[in-house]
Amino acid sequence: MYQYSELNKSDTFFQKIKNLDYPLIIMILLLGLISFFIMYSVDEGKILTHTKSHFTKFVIFFLLMIFLSMLHIKFWYKISSISYLAVLVLLVLVKFFGFEAGGAQRWIDLKFANLQPSELMKICIILFLAKYYHKLKINDVNKFFPVLNSIIIIFLPVALVMSQPDMGTSILIGMSGIIVLWLSGLRIKYFFYSFLGFLIILPFIFSFLKEYQKLRILNFINPNMDPLGSGYHVIQSKIAIGSGGFDGKGFLKGTQSYLEFLPEKETDFVFTLFAEQFGFIGSVILLLIYLGIIYRIIRIGLISRNHFSKLFCYGFSFTIFLNLAVNLLMVLGLLPVVGSPLPILSYGGSSMLTMMIGFSVVLCAKINSKISIP
Amino acid sequence: MIRKDDSFEKLHNLNRRMFVVIVAKIVVFSVIVSRLFTLQIKNSEKYSTLSDSNRIREWRHPPVRGEFHDYFGKIIASNQNVYQLHVVNDEVQDFSNLIIKLKNLLGLSEIEVKKFKDKQRNIKPWEQLIISENLSWDQFSKINSFLYELPGVKPVLNTVRYYPHKENLAHVIGYVNNPSKKDVELNPEIKKKLVPGLKVGKIGLEKFFENKLLGISAIQRYEVNAYGKIINQLTYQKGSQGQNIKLTLDLEIQNLCSGLLAGKAGSITVMDIFSGEIIAMQSSPSYDPNLFLYGINSDDWQLLKNNPLKPLINKTISGLYAPGSTIKPIVALSALENKIIDTNFTVYCDGKTEMYNRTYHCWKKEGHGKVDLKTAMAQSCDAYFYEVARLLGVDKLSSTAKTFGLGEKVFDNLFEDEKKGLIPNTSWKKNTLGQNWYAGETIITGIGQGYMLTTPLQLCLMTAQIANGGFKVKPKIIVDDKNNSKFNLTPISLNNPRNIQIIHEAMFSSTNEIRGTSYSSRIEDIKYQFAGKTGTSQIKKITQVQRELDLKIFQIPYEERDHALYIAFGPYVKPQYAMSILIEHGGSGSVAAAPIAKELFKAVIDRDFTRQLSKKEIKLSI
Repeated sequence: MYQYSELNKSDTFFQKIKNLDYPLIIMILLLGLISFFIMYSVDEGKILTHTKSHFTKFVIFFLLMIFLSMLHIKFWYKISSISYLAVLVLLVLVKFFGFEAGGAQRWIDLKFANLQPSELMKICIILFLAKYYHKLKINDVNKFFPVLNSIIIIFLPVALVMSQPDMGTSILIGMSGIIVLWLSGLRIKYFFYSFLGFLIILPFIFSFLKEYQKLRILNFINPNMDPLGSGYHVIQSKIAIGSGGFDGKGFLKGTQSYLEFLPEKETDFVFTLFAEQFGFIGSVILLLIYLGIIYRIIRIGLISRNHFSKLFCYGFSFTIFLNLAVNLLMVLGLLPVVGSPLPILSYGGSSMLTMMIGFSVVLCAKINSKISIP
Repeated sequence: MIRKDDSFEKLHNLNRRMFVVIVAKIVVFSVIVSRLFTLQIKNSEKYSTLSDSNRIREWRHPPVRGEFHDYFGKIIASNQNVYQLHVVNDEVQDFSNLIIKLKNLLGLSEIEVKKFKDKQRNIKPWEQLIISENLSWDQFSKINSFLYELPGVKPVLNTVRYYPHKENLAHVIGYVNNPSKKDVELNPEIKKKLVPGLKVGKIGLEKFFENKLLGISAIQRYEVNAYGKIINQLTYQKGSQGQNIKLTLDLEIQNLCSGLLAGKAGSITVMDIFSGEIIAMQSSPSYDPNLFLYGINSDDWQLLKNNPLKPLINKTISGLYAPGSTIKPIVALSALENKIIDTNFTVYCDGKTEMYNRTYHCWKKEGHGKVDLKTAMAQSCDAYFYEVARLLGVDKLSSTAKTFGLGEKVFDNLFEDEKKGLIPNTSWKKNTLGQNWYAGETIITGIGQGYMLTTPLQLCLMTAQIANGGFKVKPKIIVDDKNNSKFNLTPISLNNPRNIQIIHEAMFSSTNEIRGTSYSSRIEDIKYQFAGKTGTSQIKKITQVQRELDLKIFQIPYEERDHALYIAFGPYVKPQYAMSILIEHGGSGSVAAAPIAKELFKAVIDRDFTRQLSKKEIKLSI
């Protein structure tokens, strides 16, 4: 075992390049390409801010991803707790120094760009918990203090993001954390009881929600209640997707999105734009690309020799899946409207940066798959 | 080794848990795909339709209404361009602010402002609210100069109905106005074409020919975005004007009639005795139909409604009057036909007749002496006709009257307000009043009083059918292009065609012989010479006191004066036209009604040449 690690240490840069996971990279590039076309259609067939900005971000973050994946896996292992704490601090800072947009205070002005720390937390919480459970013996997992610690680790960012208020992201962060607990072998009955407990306090949570959040949930139950008000999003989104039909209306021919019937078409509702233009066929192909990415990540986790990498890959694959599923179910009218971007495709730097960092850790795990961490 | 066991167990646990996660992922993915399938393949059509209606806005403009022309193609009712003020709901930012600005600019009343506010709340965002349908040029230019601070306001040039001849044709043509709920329910064509600003016929021919007159809306389809802002125009479908309708009326004669009736309450009808074409038909006083176009204001409405001369009623078709002496030709004809009398039959008139224990007076107190049919008709001797009626009986009289067109609608259902009138007989009285017919009632029926009621139009038709020698005529007011010059004359079955000739001669002497009741209104020129019969329709039973007082007409209160009637046909040598004239409360027919006929006949005959010429032209063009 020791020998392996010695061997890997002597890996050259080119060796590392060779060991990158190319199917994964190709699929990421494919998503990037699709996102470019979508932004082009958001700009109504011209190369304007959306296209330019999204493309630039994608290129920069993609290069960043390749660069970061050259790092040693132990580096990630080491910085995971620090990064968690750092982002947690950022979340607190957002509370005081962040600026508000769209009714929520969730951005920090970094002068050259606006950062949404809550997005980064999606990765950091997995990194941190993966490290925590990597170190923890299997027999200690269900003991009192480790359970309490994990709950605190999850609760702090969730509470901070929830107070921004950003229900969507906070749920996604919470779920990302919980999935690591699940994978680490926390007893099933804990999940069962907390689920029951959650159901019981649900009505109380509902009463604490902001008016617009309540409306969203009520509208989810009956979107035709107020078709021009808060139920508008879902109805319009269903019309756009449904009118796409089997093979779509054609590139740049989506009338619904083009004519501004779709709100937030470039961010959370970007899928409607895609589905209207490319139809059922296009949507299924897009889903297959996402499935391919998730499959590759799980495979990398499978071949990894160390528990940290495995936990991260599995956890991260679930985060991607969760982002994708929540976004699509929301757009398709199967879940209430909670803010949740579509990975890589949605316009927005923080979300893309988060995904790219996640990918770079996965690629790193691939390159260093034979390394074990003590 | 403990470490190894630990990591082995961790791995084992991890793989088991991961398996569960993967299964969950597969389930969720299947849900997403099947949802996509439902939306994009199963319900694709539904959403495509929704998508189209989402982006396409349709503006239908009110169709341009067909016109009314007279026999010579002159315009009776046309369309006119007016400036209107519409508000596009989508583009308005603050309606209550806007309406206050408009209120100041146009001088709207508080009530109107409130009405518009209510309306605005009830229309769809992309619909237009019509604030004013008829802006004056001043208002229009004022609005235009403030347009930049009135978002959503749209000055529009629109085409609406206009009646250039104002009151001269109001009763025949009717008028248009906004459709009521009832109009929409009863006429599916209106329902189909209903758009803001649409006007529909409310009465008269405008109403009867609604479906012909309604044109087809021009349609503009725009592509709009979610804010209702127009992106571009997709199609412009040209509308078409409704069909024009040609009337048999002669505008010149119609206008003349209107002039002759000016200041009086009454009616004039002129008819072609062969084709049944109505040359003119006027009821007086009339009203200006243009007042109704944009909703009549309450002052004008009160004025019309409370006018004692009843301008809203078309007296020609819905005014019911006792025919008075104008029924005498029918009484005489009936008696001749039933061989009750012949031309040699005479009656001695000493001013009154004792019958069935009652005294029946002739209009001439001193009596006419010994009179035969011709003299009795010429001088309108009542005593003669009392005796003839007594001998004839009411049932025979009523059957002759009915064959000449009395007691039933002349225009079937062309005019909603046309009345049937009443020609009484014994079975009618039994069925309706449940009483037996009294012989005394027959006597007064012989001079057109009692139960008998006719419209001026019916009297004109009756005259026409006597004038043409006893042929059935179907009056018409619309020129039907197909058989406009062909009309089949079906004879009214008469025992002896000579009898009609006798009546002609009797009516001739009434107008053209000394002591004839309308002798002073005669025209001696053979070209214009006409025959007629005066009539006086009694309003009130004359009391003994009044009879002795022998009041002059101006001494009687207006509403108690008799109606003056006159029927005539001519030219006598070759009859072509018949007419009936009624002057309400005009006194006697010979004074109030017959002089009108004199003036009118000249004009009608003069126009005849032009009319026959245009008839030939039509024939040639066919």
